[in-house]
Amino acid sequence: MATGESEVGGDAPAGGFVQLLTPDGERVDSVTTADGTTYTVDFTDDEYRELYRDLVTVRRLDAEATALQRQGELGIWASLLGQEAAQVGSGRALRPQDMAFPTYREHGVLYCRGIDPIMPFGLFRGVDQGGWDPNEFKFNTYTIVIGSQTLHATGYAMGVTMDGKTGNGDGEAVIAYFGDGATSQGDVNEAFVWSGVFHAPIVFFCQNNQYAISEPLERQTRIPLYRRALGYGFPGVRIDGNDVLASYAVTRAALDQARNGQGPTLIEAYTYRMGAHTSSDDPTRYRIASEVESWKAKDPIARMKAFLAKQQLADDTFFGEVDEAAKKLALDLRERVLAMPDPQPVTLFDNVYPHGSPELAAQKAEFERYHASFEGSAH
Amino acid sequence: MSRIKEFTLPDLGEGLTEGEILSWLVKVGDTIELNQPIVEVETAKAAVEIPAKWAGVVTQIFHEAGTTVEVGAPIVAIDTDPSAGALPEPSAESLAAVEVAPAEGAVEPGLIGGPAPGGRTAVLVGYGPRTTIAKRRPRVGTPSTPSTPAAPPPAPEPEPVPSGPVLAKPPVRKLARDMGVDLTSITGSGPMGSVTRDDVHKAAAQPVAAAPAPAVFDTAREQRIPVKGVRKLTAENMVASAFTAPHVTEFLTVDVTRSMKALEKIKGRREFQDVRVSPLLLVAKAVLLAAKRHPMVNSTWSGATGEIVVKEYVNLGIAAATERGLIVPNIKDAGRLTLRELAEALNTLVQVARSGRTPPADMAGGTLSITNVGVFGVDTGTPILPPGESAILAFGSVKPTPWVHKDKIKIRQVTTLGLSFDHRIIDGELGSKFLRDVGEFLTDPEATLLSWT
Repeated sequence: MATGESEVGGDAPAGGFVQLLTPDGERVDSVTTADGTTYTVDFTDDEYRELYRDLVTVRRLDAEATALQRQGELGIWASLLGQEAAQVGSGRALRPQDMAFPTYREHGVLYCRGIDPIMPFGLFRGVDQGGWDPNEFKFNTYTIVIGSQTLHATGYAMGVTMDGKTGNGDGEAVIAYFGDGATSQGDVNEAFVWSGVFHAPIVFFCQNNQYAISEPLERQTRIPLYRRALGYGFPGVRIDGNDVLASYAVTRAALDQARNGQGPTLIEAYTYRMGAHTSSDDPTRYRIASEVESWKAKDPIARMKAFLAKQQLADDTFFGEVDEAAKKLALDLRERVLAMPDPQPVTLFDNVYPHGSPELAAQKAEFERYHASFEGSAH
Repeated sequence: MSRIKEFTLPDLGEGLTEGEILSWLVKVGDTIELNQPIVEVETAKAAVEIPAKWAGVVTQIFHEAGTTVEVGAPIVAIDTDPSAGALPEPSAESLAAVEVAPAEGAVEPGLIGGPAPGGRTAVLVGYGPRTTIAKRRPRVGTPSTPSTPAAPPPAPEPEPVPSGPVLAKPPVRKLARDMGVDLTSITGSGPMGSVTRDDVHKAAAQPVAAAPAPAVFDTAREQRIPVKGVRKLTAENMVASAFTAPHVTEFLTVDVTRSMKALEKIKGRREFQDVRVSPLLLVAKAVLLAAKRHPMVNSTWSGATGEIVVKEYVNLGIAAATERGLIVPNIKDAGRLTLRELAEALNTLVQVARSGRTPPADMAGGTLSITNVGVFGVDTGTPILPPGESAILAFGSVKPTPWVHKDKIKIRQVTTLGLSFDHRIIDGELGSKFLRDVGEFLTDPEATLLSWT
């Protein structure tokens, strides 16, 4: 196990990336980037095993959701398959006080925040509006509009500074998730400008999964995405997005920079979306099979499993137990999703204004009368 | 809940109405696990594997591979408790449920999804009406009175097959066309007597009875011409126009003897010495003057903004046959030109078109058009509107014809005009008045000029 002189990785794209665990499950002690920052992790055996459990669990829950969609129980699902390491690594790097702004695919981050994984299913099942209290969970609502959450996150991060909650190791930091396609959005670029200029305590975590639906990366950028950060005046780091250790190490460091008042960082997690963009998409129309195959060899879970086995940190009993536990969680999730009650029609008036309005009350009353005019009405 | 559960085809991708079963990955009698892939289905968006919703034993497969199934129809039945012993009966009623559209769930007339005038089904947006209709509870105390008295309730079963146009969804029409099946020869089994995919497949499978001796296609004597360039553009424009703007065509036969005489006089005038003067010139003038009297004719349907754009200028399109195919260049702001300028513009336009050098700008922005089919010796036509235009006039050939003139039968120069117009914008009254004015000008150009201008 050698100490990396610079960004390493035999399977790295041109320009390299931070990799602490190779696809074969070999541990790289530490990696020092061109700007002199050294990244490493110092996990206990238990912590390594729990990271593996997280990876397996979020993949299994995601697979259950995909099946539920195919069975007509969800309207749509955006699978995270292939991006587990990027999400688990960064999600576990967050501290309790940190605020996360997800897209609609960050099921793994949600899970790592300790949130009941059923929370977003109301949205995808169409039984609620996908709303929850972001402050309660320190996890903003899923954002469907591409890139807009980076601006919300920037504003939030500027607020954290104004509240005087940065400047020490216990400070607050913000993380905004988005994809490679979002980097072409005006919103994301504006968020970069504001964060850079106002030194906001924010980490921009870009999961570059190579495709904006069907649009390949070369249609988004002429330079590696992480290098764009330089133009906005803050550092950019590219990591192996399929390496949960690199994802954890770099995100943790970037969040600490932010909470200490050192400003934003852009992290480009170089990964691959193994499934479809959403359940409405057919990736075989725009990706070739050999490309998908080549990424299978870089699977984030397989390498962690290989590492645990080689280091004798875990055996087949452990792996079997993890699989069983994940399956149990998934089946429990399935049962609870199927049991979600359909909303009553009249609930559509509930969240229009915080305290209602006379006009709204009149409309609601009329709507209730209308429904009461049907036989067997519950109202 | 019965131990036999039927899995219905879900909407796999946000608003789909059907899917084709590509292949079954299980067969009747197979024991399956929860989430085991059982069937591969292709929708308009993607081909996907569907995982089993329940563990158990497959008892029935309702649709074989290759069948297109509506969303909501059962595709497979699964015995979720096979250890409980033999089953009493296969569920026959479920099969019937697949075939018979539920009439009780019919939507009231006038509502989205309900019958609309003309036998259509009203849809707001999307892929078309779903056949799986949400069940609606009856209203309290009013079991059979329709809530919309102005419109009759939907016909009870059995639904009469309406005479008139054949009802079929566009994909079914395409299927029939592709399979060479004549829709009018099929008795539809779908809602309101509409023809379904199955009907088309069945009709195609039947041998054509009493068919004439099968035609022998001698491919050696067939010529295959790639569709491209102007031909392709023309085809796209014509299809786009024909299926967007509801066309109506009206005809008017007029005595143009006076116009022909006027034309001769014009030819003799010095200022027209060096320019070609043809009957088309007077037709163009007639159209321009009539358009001034009826500006709505010179307008565009802007569906995107929900507006009708009425133009105060006329870019007069002239359909021209060229070696590359049909093009419709236009004379910009033709209403402002003098007759002499109009004649020159017409000549230039025709010559440039024939030489194949018409610039794209000349073909864009037309507002009102003329097609001179008379040059080919035919009486008239029912032209298709150039996309974005609301009216086009077909000018037939001018022929010596027996005609009642001043109460006597005389040989007069007579032509027939055909006006196609977009019925969304132009009602029959307006179209008729416009056509009548064009005809009046050609019947008596001097008097109309004096009275109109």
